[in-house]
Amino acid sequence: MTIELGHFALILAFALACVSAVAGYVFWRRGESIASFLQHGAILQFVMVAVAFATLIQAFVVSDFSLALAANNSHSLKPLIYKISGVWGNHEGSMVLWILILVTFGAMVAAFGRDLPKQLLALVLSTQSLLTAAFTGFTIFTSNPFTRLSPAPFEGAGLNPVLQDLGLAIHPPILYTGYVGFSICFSFAVAALISGRIDAAWARWVRPWTMLAWLFLTLGIAMGSYWAYYELGWGGWWFWDPVENSSFMPWLAGTALLHSAIVMEKRNALKIWTIFLAIITFSLSLLGTFMVRSGILTSVHTFASDPTRGLVILSILAVLIGGAFSLFALRASALRAGGLFAPISREGALILNNLFLATATGAVLVGTLYPLLLDALAGTTISVGGPFFNLTFSILMAPLLIVLPFGPLLAWKRADIVAAAQRLVGVGALAIFLAILLSALGGVSISLAPIGLLFGFWVAFGAFAELIERGKIGRIPARESLRRLVGLPRSTWSTALGHFGLGVTILGIVATTTWETELVTTMDPGESARLSGYTIAFESFDQVTGPNYTAEQGTFTITGDNGQTRTLTPQRRAYVGSGAPTTEAAIETYGFSQLYLQLGEPVDGTHVVRAWYKPYITLIWIGALLMAGAGVLSLSDRRLRVGAPSRARRRMPEAAQ
Amino acid sequence: MRVLRALLLLVLFCASAMAVTPGEMLDDPELEARARAISENVRCLVCQNQSIDDSDAELAHDLRVIVRERLVAGDTDQEVLDYLVARYGEFVLLKPVIAPHTIVLWIAGPVLLIGGLVALLILARRQKTRTAEELSPEEEAALARLTLADGSTHNRPKS
Repeated sequence: MTIELGHFALILAFALACVSAVAGYVFWRRGESIASFLQHGAILQFVMVAVAFATLIQAFVVSDFSLALAANNSHSLKPLIYKISGVWGNHEGSMVLWILILVTFGAMVAAFGRDLPKQLLALVLSTQSLLTAAFTGFTIFTSNPFTRLSPAPFEGAGLNPVLQDLGLAIHPPILYTGYVGFSICFSFAVAALISGRIDAAWARWVRPWTMLAWLFLTLGIAMGSYWAYYELGWGGWWFWDPVENSSFMPWLAGTALLHSAIVMEKRNALKIWTIFLAIITFSLSLLGTFMVRSGILTSVHTFASDPTRGLVILSILAVLIGGAFSLFALRASALRAGGLFAPISREGALILNNLFLATATGAVLVGTLYPLLLDALAGTTISVGGPFFNLTFSILMAPLLIVLPFGPLLAWKRADIVAAAQRLVGVGALAIFLAILLSALGGVSISLAPIGLLFGFWVAFGAFAELIERGKIGRIPARESLRRLVGLPRSTWSTALGHFGLGVTILGIVATTTWETELVTTMDPGESARLSGYTIAFESFDQVTGPNYTAEQGTFTITGDNGQTRTLTPQRRAYVGSGAPTTEAAIETYGFSQLYLQLGEPVDGTHVVRAWYKPYITLIWIGALLMAGAGVLSLSDRRLRVGAPSRARRRMPEAAQ
Repeated sequence: MRVLRALLLLVLFCASAMAVTPGEMLDDPELEARARAISENVRCLVCQNQSIDDSDAELAHDLRVIVRERLVAGDTDQEVLDYLVARYGEFVLLKPVIAPHTIVLWIAGPVLLIGGLVALLILARRQKTRTAEELSPEEEAALARLTLADGSTHNRPKS
């Protein structure tokens, strides 16, 4: 019964979304009255989809296997958390989660957007409803999650061991929040194009939403990367896989959008470009979610196995993305160009940032899609993998990293680059010194490593240059400096923290690629081996039994140079009801570095043991966390806080002085 | 969840254990290092986007052995790759060759960057002429206000 209730609620949400979209686009000029209708519509859509989602969760929790989705993807013996996460561990359920996040964002705009101009609000909510209508329609008609089974099976089939992992349980909701959050930017862009009105207030509204989506996407990508690192069992953390690329592209475009929206908010410039980026970012998010899902990216054959679904998805994408870009082509020229500025200025620096990020996005897009196109058009199959992306992407990123620390030091409109350079002399010298020192101490296996380190330190330390400058550190008494630093707007701190995080990630990447050591050997219990100052002693080999698996487990004692010992137990697991064994690597963290130990297949009665020492690898994810933290900090800035425009206005005269 | 399923496939078919086994490794550390470097650029054909250095598939094992056999036979790195391409096609290379059919792929990044720079230069030049020729309405309004204010404070006493 509850299942039917959920099914009905989802259909209602679809109907509501259709009505809202049509009514909104027809009557948006009426402003007040239609906006109020659409606000209620958006909140009702949220309630309906939430009900639908809740009924699915309920069916999974009580193991109602008359629901086909639960029968295929759940099992009564699963721990509760994995029963719940099982709802979105499949195509149909994840669609409902995706829509739930979409309508949540719509409802948030409806709730917090009371101060928006009514016509703009009406158009934003119409566009949001259009998106909801498209994807609820797709779900209901091609991938219905509420299909019943009769007779209901006694037990569910989904006790998939690999998916029972906490990281994997929370990874999709976070990633989806990132993807879907950009829908707000998309809706605002479409609204601006239709109404032909766009100003700094528009940017002030769009920026926090972009920031919110971006920070979740950052977290989602970092989490996916860490999951691949510890779960897939060979210690890689980024593979330039199409699946990864499709989340990385909206991140790159979203990062560009974040920066161009600053220019628009502060200087009323770059309007057309910002609109373009807003559309592109969400389009890439859609590509990310659905091209992968339609199967076209992983293999052309999976696509053919479910042609209706894939075709419908591609048509929806074509209409939405094509429609938005046609609108852009028709209306963009109507938007007036804004404030003027000299090439050397904060605006100029942010434009450079956008140029490099947009180029990188384009390059990743081409690299991801080119093999498909070539296969379809010429019948030639090629691979475009990690080595290609590493080479091209780092070349494109290098100039961005060089100019990055200059950006925040430049003044708006017209800036003095020599003065900015003088302020960065200390940072540059320190970065060069540390890069040389570390290369000399650690030895260099890759010739470009010192340059990579230089970039990392340059960006990380350069992030503080603005704080040092504005806090007048060293030029006035420390107490006074501290007072000035505390008084700085949080957005300044956010910029510094975000850029510092990027530097930290770069350092982690360079350090671990340069100084990683590896040991591949055969060992028997009682033997030991050495790796980068650690002694790895194989103590014993046992058969152990887990709740739903049996495993071969090696017990190893790791002794560091300081005599400290720790015990690691890598396993090879065979789950009940699943044939192939999986490896559970054991990871031990030493400071920022990790020792990664893996038990391989037995060869001729002895055990293959693989161990890696990965120096400073955790910096990669710590940097990502810092970047996400910078997003939180920026959102907490009162000036940007959602729904605080009146307070912001009061602050303006102060800023003008 | 396509992502999950894809990863799951990876886990089940390709990564059930790991890559290079001690038995495959060459005694000569220099040759072995070269073999590893080559392996990182060679795709395991039955896996999703994994190099033979990362994959435990049967085929990856065979390819690793072939790479080492060729190296022992005295091939250069390029000759080993050429040999693999001749046998398995270009699909085996994770970094595609630079050839007419891949030139778009290789030059896409630089072309986008140069195109963007050129567009920026054109826009900057246009902006310069605009600054010289005309003022925006807001600026004109501001100018009018300023001159008016000027007139009211300084000019009046004189006249």
